Amino acid sequence: MTVITVAVTVLFAAAGILALSRIIRGPSVLDRIVATDVLLATVVAAIAAEAAYTGDATALPVLVVLSILGFTGSVSVSRFATRRRDGGAPRPPLHTGGTHEP
Amino acid sequence: MTGNGTGRDPAAGERPPLTRRDRRRNRIIAVTALVLVWCLLWGSFSWANVLGGLVLALAVLAAFPLPPVTFAGRVHPIGLLRFAVRFLADLVVSSVQVARLAFRAGEPPRSAILAVAPRIRSDLNLTLTGVALSLIPGSLVIEVDRRAGVLYIHALGLRDAEDVERFRRSVLDLEARIIGAIGSREERRVIAAARGSPPPPLPPTPPGAGKDPTA
Amino acid sequence: MSLEPILDVVVAVCLIGGALLCLSAGVALVRFPDLMSRMHAATKPQTLGLLLVLLGCALRLRTREDVTTLVLIALFQLATAPVAAHMVGRAGYRSRLVRRDLLVTDELAADAERIGRENGEGGPAR
Repeated sequence: MTVITVAVTVLFAAAGILALSRIIRGPSVLDRIVATDVLLATVVAAIAAEAAYTGDATALPVLVVLSILGFTGSVSVSRFATRRRDGGAPRPPLHTGGTHEP
Repeated sequence: MTGNGTGRDPAAGERPPLTRRDRRRNRIIAVTALVLVWCLLWGSFSWANVLGGLVLALAVLAAFPLPPVTFAGRVHPIGLLRFAVRFLADLVVSSVQVARLAFRAGEPPRSAILAVAPRIRSDLNLTLTGVALSLIPGSLVIEVDRRAGVLYIHALGLRDAEDVERFRRSVLDLEARIIGAIGSREERRVIAAARGSPPPPLPPTPPGAGKDPTA
Repeated sequence: MSLEPILDVVVAVCLIGGALLCLSAGVALVRFPDLMSRMHAATKPQTLGLLLVLLGCALRLRTREDVTTLVLIALFQLATAPVAAHMVGRAGYRSRLVRRDLLVTDELAADAERIGRENGEGGPAR
């Protein structure tokens, strides 16, 4: 069981770090939202795995709240992100870095 | 449940109004679902929980009424089972495929945005098909034309036109399974009649659609 | 109790599978070329990964209260993930965060403006 615990921990940690790097690098707000979503899901999964390992269910109600909050966050932010334009005018870029279009 | 964020309904007037019976049935379904969630939250199905959940559900529905959704069908257990099993299988297979794409070295994966017109154009069917598609890895509904009943789907890992057509057929198959699970008799007949025939052409763009009213 | 070791193995497989899928989501986030493909990788393997971990958790805990909570988490996840993905995907397409050179076909391009108007883009959230 110890080997498995270590392996699972490493996998989750690596996933979290990769998501973090995407949050830092962007380039657009939406990329960061997506990465934040992944980070949140990784945290939820890691906490659930921890509960499975220790057999201690104290943290489970927190996960219920987390699985709902992540969704409200990304929906409201992407709502805000689309809002920034009017009619047929050229849209202001959401990037801080280079454009995706060639 | 019903809100997949497609917002606004200029076409709402085209749908037939719900009868009193439909409305009552919708409310019963909603109350049952809410009571179920309440009981799951408390972790037991005691009478106190069920009654408390009932009061709460009625209060919630009175405060936040649901938009009208036509649910004309009935639940078919075998169809539902077939849908669930196939859905889980799809979930696993596509998860592995997307994961393999992620780890694979080489050029970035190509994708496609395709328009699919489901054969049944009810709001409920559009929503369920869209949600099921979005849950399965590799496909994502990015836009919905509710008036014409068209889903615009972004699919990952498609390489050529043949893949696109195959994917289009798989969307229609998914729709057929959903209708097989919860469709009405008439909807099932439409699906059965269409089986094996090529995907329906996209509905023509509504008149005046090409013009920009502000221009 | 000869069932116990078998269950332990199943739990371990579920946990490792879930963790691997989470990792694949992270890798895809870093490696995929544009927002849309990143979204696929992000929202989806995550769904199955989380379900697997929750299943492992349920098999391990096995009390009624905990299992109902886990079912609830799974239900919320299944209900909310498509909504979030759709919202981000739609915003991404409208903000032109799609790499066109990687698209086999784009059947939305012709209709995007019209549908955007009809669906009231940029309007206040309801």
